[in-house]
Amino acid sequence: MAFWDEQVECMDRQEIAQVQLENLQATLNRVYKNVRHYRKVFREVDFMPEDLQSIEDIQKLPFITRRDLSRNYPYDMFAVPLREVVRLHTASFNFDDPVVIGFTENDIRNWAELMARNLTAVGVGKDDVVQIALTFGIITGPFGVQVGAEKIGASVIPISAGRLYQQVKIMRDFRTTTLVSTPTVALGLSRAMAEMNVDANSLAIKCGIFGSEPWSEAARDDIETRLHLTATDTYGLTEIFGPGVAWECPEKNGLHIAEDHFIPEIIDPETLEPLPPGEEGELVLTTIAKEAFPLIRLRTGDLTRIDYSPCACGRTHCRIARIFKRSDEVLVVKGTSIAAEQVGQAIARVSGGQPSFQLVITREADADQLLVMVEISDINFFDEMKKQRRFVERLHKEISETLGWEVGVRLVEPGTFDPRKRVRDERRFM
Amino acid sequence: MLRLVNVNSYYGLVRVLKNISIHVNEGEIVSMLGANGAGKTTTLRTISGLHPLRSGHIYFNGHEITQMNPGKMVELGLAHVPEGRQIFQPLSVYDNLEVGGHFIYKLYGKKALKIDIEAIFGLFPILKQRQSQYAGTLSGGEQQMLAIAMALMARPRLLLLDEPSMGLAPMIVKDIFQLIARLQAERKLTVLLIEQNARAALRIADRGYVMETGKIVLEEAADELLANQDVKRAYLGREQREIWE
Repeated sequence: MAFWDEQVECMDRQEIAQVQLENLQATLNRVYKNVRHYRKVFREVDFMPEDLQSIEDIQKLPFITRRDLSRNYPYDMFAVPLREVVRLHTASFNFDDPVVIGFTENDIRNWAELMARNLTAVGVGKDDVVQIALTFGIITGPFGVQVGAEKIGASVIPISAGRLYQQVKIMRDFRTTTLVSTPTVALGLSRAMAEMNVDANSLAIKCGIFGSEPWSEAARDDIETRLHLTATDTYGLTEIFGPGVAWECPEKNGLHIAEDHFIPEIIDPETLEPLPPGEEGELVLTTIAKEAFPLIRLRTGDLTRIDYSPCACGRTHCRIARIFKRSDEVLVVKGTSIAAEQVGQAIARVSGGQPSFQLVITREADADQLLVMVEISDINFFDEMKKQRRFVERLHKEISETLGWEVGVRLVEPGTFDPRKRVRDERRFM
Repeated sequence: MLRLVNVNSYYGLVRVLKNISIHVNEGEIVSMLGANGAGKTTTLRTISGLHPLRSGHIYFNGHEITQMNPGKMVELGLAHVPEGRQIFQPLSVYDNLEVGGHFIYKLYGKKALKIDIEAIFGLFPILKQRQSQYAGTLSGGEQQMLAIAMALMARPRLLLLDEPSMGLAPMIVKDIFQLIARLQAERKLTVLLIEQNARAALRIADRGYVMETGKIVLEEAADELLANQDVKRAYLGREQREIWE
């Protein structure tokens, strides 16, 4: 099995603890000095960075949420001056103000390093051709894959998602060996191949890295049999890097978190108390090697478990279980996150009040479909059929515009759904 | 190989080291950067037991060496070259080396000591030429080489080097750094290095730590530190114009 940086990926737990402690102390010292938000919240709990004695002391610190990040729009969470930032990404996640994430030169280098580890682990080397079928810009993913693959020396085809027929042609003619995409696009490609009479056996493709949306083991089997490749999962979040935070090794029994860059914790999303290893809860991440945008105890909203036992692949970094669920009212669809609240605001803008609604996400023909059900009430009920229809059209337009893609909208009678549950995920991942 | 966990040191009531945690892996050159008074020298002095620590732990090769007798540490393979070229000026170069090797003499006898001194002369031909001269009459660079040579006489596995280039001409600084790199390559020596000349130090180092007022604020690979704008501005002297404008 290949390693990109065996010394780091397989260092013993004691070394990991030392590296984490050192980098955590350094990061806390830096954010305390440079970021007003952290200085404020640390003072509120009466914590001085130099008092940190062990990694467990991190539990004394407050969490940070995406809302905090949004509140500090645009640059207040940066720990370096803007002129040291060489790249800016903004997360798909929308409150009134989006989250702006900065990268210094070294951050990008570290990102490439992490992605190189991921790619090497699944078997990508110098001679491989990596086709990146992820949409550049909306998500940070493709940029990370690109720098990582280039670091290894592989050839990169940054083709973006869509235009599936062309992609199949490229895949065949360019002798693509590695596909990086969302599972949906992978299945789309396999359908396009069937229509074009391209046999998977005639392709050079051998591995696929899929992520940026939850996908089931059944989907994995499906992709593997249809495309004749080994499919592995990768996990990341825009606020941190995008992919590269955690990824599956070919053992496929959990995603290794790069513990020399991140400190993971699992908490109970209700009580916010830390949970012992092995129990399912919300993943909380602290970055300990980022320069421009360090995050201390970010609540990811993703539900998972941590396994510290050694992996058969030899890597010592802990593994998280694959992520299918979230602890908040957020849906991950087509690689982007949608907050129920965001849709609620769009509905409120059109109807001038806040009717109950529910987001229903289903999977039809290998693609995610979003249906917004809005309860009929006095504020959105019209006597005239024409007015009613116009209202639904406006609703449809407003929500689609907010999210950036087409959704279905339906007015329903009260009692059709439980108004307390604003998000219903009908996709079956487990 | 060397591991510090939450080390705190005081000068009287002043806390000069605030929870310092660092590590040095076998075969690495690790450099510590920082302004005057950041606590770099105190860190080294604390490691080698010359300065008391208030709390924390220091491990060397699996042994806890916190507040160990410095003599014992030398036996374990740790040698410290303090700043300011601490040699015995009224003794000859050869005698100085013998003093550095007293521990080898004690354990293995005169023959071993002689062999070691010859080996050192192989590394430092200039010292061989000057072996009967009084150490005080050597030039600054030669004195620094002698100081390092004295430390090497103890057959260390880890060398703590405090400002080896202080007060030396740029040409000689270059020699000293080439020497350190050679020691790493040829003798598999591990080095923890403090240096004002940050660029030169980072060029030979594998990793580096940046200290500020008794705290570690950055730990990165040496090439990353060279690219770090903050480090550049503060310690490498780049971007000066931008600051003054």
